[in-house]
Amino acid sequence: MANDVWVYIEHKEGATTPMSYELLGIGRTLATELGSNVNAFIIGEQIEQAAHEAIQYGASKVFAVEGPLFKAFNGEAYAKASHFLLSKYQPEIVLFRATTQGTDVAAASAAHLGFGLCTDSIGLRVEGGQIKMTRAAFGGNYTVTVVNEKAKPQIATIRPKAFPMPEKDDSRKGDIVKEPFTLGESELHTKFLEFIQSQVTINLVEADIIVSGGRGTGGPEGFKLLKELADLLGGALGASRAAVDSGWVPYEHQVGQTGKTVKPKIYIACGISGAIQHLAGMKTSDCIVAINKDPEAPIFKSATIGIVGDYKVIVPKLLETFKKKLNK
Amino acid sequence: MKIVVCIKQVPDTEAEVKWDIPKGTLKRDGMNPITNPFDEFALEEALLTREKYDGEIVAITMGPEKASDVLRNALALTVNSVYRCTDEAFAGSDTYATASVLAAAIKKIGDVDIVFCGKQSTDGNTGVVAAELATLLGWSPLTYVSKVRQIDAASKKIVVERAVEGGTEVVEAKLPAVVSVIKGINEPRLPNLIGIKKAAKVEIPQWNAADLNLDKSKVGSAAASTKVVEIAVPPPRGAGEILKGEIDEIVNIATDRLIDLKVIKS
Repeated sequence: MANDVWVYIEHKEGATTPMSYELLGIGRTLATELGSNVNAFIIGEQIEQAAHEAIQYGASKVFAVEGPLFKAFNGEAYAKASHFLLSKYQPEIVLFRATTQGTDVAAASAAHLGFGLCTDSIGLRVEGGQIKMTRAAFGGNYTVTVVNEKAKPQIATIRPKAFPMPEKDDSRKGDIVKEPFTLGESELHTKFLEFIQSQVTINLVEADIIVSGGRGTGGPEGFKLLKELADLLGGALGASRAAVDSGWVPYEHQVGQTGKTVKPKIYIACGISGAIQHLAGMKTSDCIVAINKDPEAPIFKSATIGIVGDYKVIVPKLLETFKKKLNK
Repeated sequence: MKIVVCIKQVPDTEAEVKWDIPKGTLKRDGMNPITNPFDEFALEEALLTREKYDGEIVAITMGPEKASDVLRNALALTVNSVYRCTDEAFAGSDTYATASVLAAAIKKIGDVDIVFCGKQSTDGNTGVVAAELATLLGWSPLTYVSKVRQIDAASKKIVVERAVEGGTEVVEAKLPAVVSVIKGINEPRLPNLIGIKKAAKVEIPQWNAADLNLDKSKVGSAAASTKVVEIAVPPPRGAGEILKGEIDEIVNIATDRLIDLKVIKS
């Protein structure tokens, strides 16, 4: 149907995580308001399992482009396949996660279609038949709501975890439509060679708990302590720009305007003053715990729980107490 | 090797940006514009590439008169030439229109082998212009690049590492390519005083829509498909609580509250 909502399912060589399906939740909400269906689309090789799961997470139909050239992610090839599907079916709106993969396919698909797109949306609603998309702007101090009037289909990337996960129902049934789209290797300019797994096991953006350190941690030693707490809680290690720029932790841990935007359930900020640039990346976290020696530190204005004190004293006590209470 | 680097001027990331909500415009008074932080890495990568493989660097930007400053900074860092794309018709460009202007400028420069961009700007924060630009030019899209492993100018090939969720992808591509770089790919150098003084006197060449052969209906707000309908200040976070008392008691309360959230798995 012409006003269907489509959701792009991202995967890594066929492997998905529950988060790959998260947009089927908001997709279904939008489709209900538009009086249409939510469909998924997958580009890859051996995507049967992912397609079945997409149906279990709520997709009415799954459109699939398969082929050996699509085995590993290739932004160029995936965008061409995506463009083929979107031109053929002309859904109302197409949702991508605002990850590296989602953003690349969304941007190139939009460029193929000749339109702009809305990026990193944190709010989506239908008003008078029109889809309104809200995003954070300027460090989250403002929200901007946009409509995409000329584009059909509209393309939007959605901030991970901005919307609740859909329920999985193993009994759900739906169709898988395989599309005859092929590409020759000679039509591509880029070629995937290999994937090198990161040493960091927990993805910062997807983590439910983040323990983060700033300039106040004083050096790389401090981050070992924070890492210990993160590991105990099953969380990821974060850092402010100051800590990254000082070379205490690698850039992949940076949270903030020039790092990652995160929305964990618990964010523990240690020795972070709370500069605008850092707050921009974490202030929508559900519960923020701030630990700082300076009672005037701006971070306390955004904190759910504030602890005035030296993290070197507080964090070991947190470790000890958590271990006791969690029987670890 | 002919290298283009795309640079944007943005408000200082340390400053609080104020918006005039009824007017829908930024309050630019007292705002200190800087080179987009990610573009500094793009510029440095261009300089490193020229050092290693020879050639010339052309820096381009799209923006008003004030945006000449970021090109002067690039000149001070010894790029060979600069162009500022500017036209009243460019105002209100969305990402697609922006990419269209940059693509037209890159075509006009001609014989380009590689385009470096920052992975995103810190004001618009969309992070999509590089991928759109590569698509419009029909060149290799290489986004989120954390390392350029090698460039083979003779066979027109490049191998890069891309920083993606969970690890690094190694990708080989044909030139010309559009490469968007992440922070940490290099350590941007600072311009020296002589460079700054020299750059201050340079007249910055401009290209308007006609120079770039761009149809005015295809750029700026005339072409933008996305339209802002509302700007608002999000509701503030509920005021938190600073725990008072002995450290042991504070830690006891804090851990209880966090455990009660049922997020931590025991």
